[in-house]
Amino acid sequence: MRMEFLELTSLSKSFSGETVLDEVSLSVQEGGTLVLFGKSGAGKTVLLRSIAGAIEPDDGTVVIDGEDVTSVPPEYRGIGMAFQNFALFPHMTAYDNIASSLTSKRMSASEIRTKVDAVAKLLKIEHVLSHAPKALSNGQKQRTALARALVSEPRVLLLDDPLRNVDAKLRFEMRLELPRLLADRGATIIYVTQDYKEAMALGDRIAVLDQGKIVQIGSPDDIYRRPANTQIAQLFGDPTINLLDVVPKEDDRGLHAFLSDQRVDFHGKFPGVAGRDCIVGLRPEALSFTETGGFPVTIEAVTPFNEKTVTLVTTLRGREILLSQPAQDPVPTGPKVNLQIAARDAILFDRETGNRIAPEPDGNRVEEAA
Amino acid sequence: MDHTSFLERWFRRVALSIIIVFFMFPIFWIVLMSFQTNETILRSPPSMSFTPTLDNYMAIIAGRLDSNVASMGIDFVNNLMNSIILSVCSVAVALVLGVPAAYAFARHKFRGSEDIAFTLLSFRFAPPLLVLLPLTLYFQEIGLADTYLGLVWVYQLICLPLILWIVRGYFEDISPDIEYAYRIAGHSWFSTFRKIALPLAGPGIAAAGLLAFIFAWNNFIFALVLASADKQPVTVGALAFVTASGIQYGQIAAAIVLSIAPTLALALWAQRYLVEGLSLGAVKG
Repeated sequence: MRMEFLELTSLSKSFSGETVLDEVSLSVQEGGTLVLFGKSGAGKTVLLRSIAGAIEPDDGTVVIDGEDVTSVPPEYRGIGMAFQNFALFPHMTAYDNIASSLTSKRMSASEIRTKVDAVAKLLKIEHVLSHAPKALSNGQKQRTALARALVSEPRVLLLDDPLRNVDAKLRFEMRLELPRLLADRGATIIYVTQDYKEAMALGDRIAVLDQGKIVQIGSPDDIYRRPANTQIAQLFGDPTINLLDVVPKEDDRGLHAFLSDQRVDFHGKFPGVAGRDCIVGLRPEALSFTETGGFPVTIEAVTPFNEKTVTLVTTLRGREILLSQPAQDPVPTGPKVNLQIAARDAILFDRETGNRIAPEPDGNRVEEAA
Repeated sequence: MDHTSFLERWFRRVALSIIIVFFMFPIFWIVLMSFQTNETILRSPPSMSFTPTLDNYMAIIAGRLDSNVASMGIDFVNNLMNSIILSVCSVAVALVLGVPAAYAFARHKFRGSEDIAFTLLSFRFAPPLLVLLPLTLYFQEIGLADTYLGLVWVYQLICLPLILWIVRGYFEDISPDIEYAYRIAGHSWFSTFRKIALPLAGPGIAAAGLLAFIFAWNNFIFALVLASADKQPVTVGALAFVTASGIQYGQIAAAIVLSIAPTLALALWAQRYLVEGLSLGAVKG
């Protein structure tokens, strides 16, 4: 079992009476990658800066490798950080920018050169090392900022949405490249992003931050399949999850609801949920067209993307549902079709609080997990 | 591509010419006067035709003021040296004190920081004479009257607020992230100040320094009250040309040309920084 390398305990921060971080506690294992995910203003950047030491928290502790660094100045924390706005030093060349992480250490000029050249090669920016930041493209700036964070081989690497300000093509490339690059380093990584695809691709674990609080923390699979509330369910996934108001009923076959007057069963035991105002969450890719059974819907619009086809259908009651399927699967013709739901993919939420209602653990589930 | 009509361009040229003539003519006339004798200056109607003479400059450099009735010694070159000493020292002291202070005000919002910054600015509100009268008494008491040290000290009333407020705006314009990045890269706050903040605020510091230099150079009242003849700058020294036997216009003109030459040269050289400094640093809300 790897040890917890970075531990935050009830970190709080407020700016002029406004709470930005509210008792945030989390921990990352040595060499692990935690993605901090949340909308802008959720407190991600403030949290990251508190770890780096650029912001002093009002309350709580930051422990790195068993050492309480809460009041240690940033230069002694052994952290590498890449900023969202790159924060390159405009009056220095790309080389000096990267080397700045090493000049503070006792290191000869030739050693520094070797290290900078190595990391520049890794990030494919060897040819622009002599340029000033304003002569670099956005992608090169971002790589220079990343190189600056990586070159000193820090124990903890903080990446504040490093792909935010680069174009879509580069972002896609980096999303593929980064995990390998970071895994090679062995550093403990906290990665901030607003892009759920990035979060899913990069994180061992994802912490969802909202209004300065951690709402859910778990594996990407957890967050996607068992979101803590409707908000998180909506943040992850494209097209977004279908949320339909239902009032489930229970009989001897278990909990169920009706869509287009057809019975939809829920997988698992939900004691005390029958008769409550609920929301059922259906991932667009958990739905499929079927010849027999299912419930009747009307096709309203078909939007083909390259890799998938998104279809908008309405139920008998006029409720809209999005359905996503691989592009090669045919969309049935004719407005009236039948839709099938994979029951175990239906997620049940409480309508009042928006929180997920978890099924009670039973024998079957334990078997599944084993 | 060119959307301006012929008339518009023509009108713009005329307007520019009028403005240039309005502002530059006095300087042009002073330069002309400095090459004339008192007789040619004072003839009526004034004329542009005369035989240029260097007598005025010679008299000033030699330190002899010759009029038609008498001859007296003036020490204009010494005045010029005093101006240089006072202005350079004042600006240097104000930079050493003001730039770190500006950085502190820009980066660290401590309790009362706004009040202190505003108090420093308020030095510029009071009429100088109001400050000077009590100061004269104090200075005589503690032996600072008529010393370079005392004058440089009082000149801080002019230079320090100016540098503080302009440079502060520049420091505030630097993204704090850039400084955090340097700290996180393992550098102390002092080396961050030296290697990041100072170079990036460089143009602003140059502009503020230049403005402070000009204001210090043109100061009249502090030196008039606090300095005796051997410490007086050119602004006060020029009074010597108003003599009992008349006003020596030619020599005054030559003295003015000599005394604006250093600031003019400095301002032309740093013009780019100056405009940038005024529009970026000081105006920022």
